Amino acid sequence: MTGFIVILERDLKLAFRRVSELANPLLFFVIVTSLFPLALSPDRLLLQAVGAGVLWVAALLSSLLALEGLFRADVEDGSMEQLMLSPVPLSIIVLAKITAHWIVSGVPLIALVPVVALSFELPAQALWVMAAALLLATPTLSVLVSIGAALTVSLKSGGSIIGLLVLPLCSPLLIFGARATDLAAQGEAVAGPLYLLGALAVFSVSLGPLAAAAALKVGLE
Amino acid sequence: MKLPRWFHMLGSPPYVYRLAGRLGPWLGAAACLLLVLGTYMGLVVAPPDYLQGEVYRIIYIHPQTAYIGMMAYVILAFAAGIGFIWRLKLAHAVAVSAAPIGASFTFCALVTGSIWGAPTWGTFWEWGDPRIMFELILLFLFIGYMVLRAAFEDRDKADRVSAILGVVGVVNVPIIHYSVEWWNTLHQGPTITRLDGPSMTSDMLVPFLLMVAGFTFCFYWLLLMRLQAEVVAREQGARWLRELAAEGRA
Amino acid sequence: MSSVEYLLASRSLAVTRGEVRLINELDFELAQGQLALVVGPNGSGKTSLLRVLAGLSAPALGQVTWRGVELHRLAPEQRSELGYRGHFDGLKKDFTVTENIEFYARLSGHQGRHDQLMSDLSLTEVKDRQVRFLSAGQRRRTGLATLKVGGTRLWLLDEPMTNLDADGRSLLAGWLEAHLHDGGVAVVATHQPDELLRSGTLMIEL
Repeated sequence: MTGFIVILERDLKLAFRRVSELANPLLFFVIVTSLFPLALSPDRLLLQAVGAGVLWVAALLSSLLALEGLFRADVEDGSMEQLMLSPVPLSIIVLAKITAHWIVSGVPLIALVPVVALSFELPAQALWVMAAALLLATPTLSVLVSIGAALTVSLKSGGSIIGLLVLPLCSPLLIFGARATDLAAQGEAVAGPLYLLGALAVFSVSLGPLAAAAALKVGLE
Repeated sequence: MKLPRWFHMLGSPPYVYRLAGRLGPWLGAAACLLLVLGTYMGLVVAPPDYLQGEVYRIIYIHPQTAYIGMMAYVILAFAAGIGFIWRLKLAHAVAVSAAPIGASFTFCALVTGSIWGAPTWGTFWEWGDPRIMFELILLFLFIGYMVLRAAFEDRDKADRVSAILGVVGVVNVPIIHYSVEWWNTLHQGPTITRLDGPSMTSDMLVPFLLMVAGFTFCFYWLLLMRLQAEVVAREQGARWLRELAAEGRA
Repeated sequence: MSSVEYLLASRSLAVTRGEVRLINELDFELAQGQLALVVGPNGSGKTSLLRVLAGLSAPALGQVTWRGVELHRLAPEQRSELGYRGHFDGLKKDFTVTENIEFYARLSGHQGRHDQLMSDLSLTEVKDRQVRFLSAGQRRRTGLATLKVGGTRLWLLDEPMTNLDADGRSLLAGWLEAHLHDGGVAVVATHQPDELLRSGTLMIEL
């Protein structure tokens, strides 16, 4: 447990040494979202209809961007080897890194998305549901992307295939999250998908880091 | 853990190569027989459907290819998992062989699904159909596995890293399947999922099952052939292989 | 029958990199206070051997034991006795010297003040400087501090003298000697074995 805290603190500290970089995925999210009205049409009814989906896809892509370099810095300066040699289990190390990353990137995203959602004229009750759904979905998302990052950690062009590996696995998140938002906009019950997102979060957070740790060990041999 | 002798034999490349060579033709013959019989009965003997007319006959190909695609992925993940845990190169070889075959079957499922749905959908692709969406994602899972493998130069690393992806994928498959089905229940669209097909009478059921069996044998036949090729590729320079090649020339 | 207790031992060790077998049938044992030097041309497997000894890669054949226990079976406390420094120092560029040292101390469960350690390594003036601003010698010394602070008994060093000036090299040699004198063990890959040679050194030539 202390190992988890030590690494969590370290990663948080390091993240704040480069605060300007933290904004990049958020900016990316805003830019991608703004491309849709340009590409589709500024018709308000249309945007209201597609808004939830557009926002979720943009959030997904932004998380992919933010997390794909999760292990890179540590691998490049030899810290990852040291972490692997430490008494802290590798899956705990991975979990700590994901948690730090989620605090620094995921939480701001959860706060930002509803704000941008206003521009798509999603009703208020949908905004709350969207925030809740993102809160439940982002942990799973982070775990899945970290597995992708671990699988490709030793590849030079790993960044280009990580999307192919991870995005199909993220489809349930997209389905449950975006549809839940739509249901809320229509005033319908959303407990079902939210519970499912919660269950997925628990499942992925408990098992995902093990897969990522295994992939790191093999990749860095 | 004491393992039976045949299990150890399955770890021997020459043994597996020869076994595949012996079993293969039988599986291929059985596949041919069943598929020809099933096709004949399906196209000629079975009557046209009350609702769907002649188009329904895709039911003799589409669901089978979809089911085999799914089975192939499970086999891939299972084999890769075994290879990872027990460090069995041949288990990885099975996974590697299953991937392109499973991908092809899944692709066929998508194509036959489109053909089937086109009369109702009016277009060759219906984003609203959950089965098609699921099969599309499954195809991406296969492609992801193959792309990841190809990215590594070291074969052993490629095997083990993609094994992890395979296992993570297979765990996700039920979740993805459920989510796509649920997504479909939200649809208020007029599209009836065409891919359900009619409820089957016995003269439709027989060819249906024949085709299931035929395609299954076909899959395993293709798998064994591919496995032989994979074994040869991995065993380059091994003595048993050189002797075999010399035998063949004699 | 010798009563010497061997700390690090390898039996029939075979090491591969990719598909190439670099090392075959390597047997050696190191007792307390003993040094092993690994020499050989570039690409001969020095780094691969050190990584196997650290437990980062598995050997193709054979086994490595620490205090008689195979590496992958070591308990965490015994595991933390192994210290490995590869071509990279394992230091975070954005952290100061102090922060790096404290991180490694906390990671291995040894908290405390490190002023004496930093002073011994002539790092006191730069203790609050970020590693990105340090010279190669200062980085190497910081790396050495993190090695010491973790309470490691086995030092696996991959060409530690690279990029060091004469002062840096003699400092490193001195610290290595002190480590060995205190009962530690070390395996060092180097292109200049003469600088570190001492009595009882085991030479591993690849």
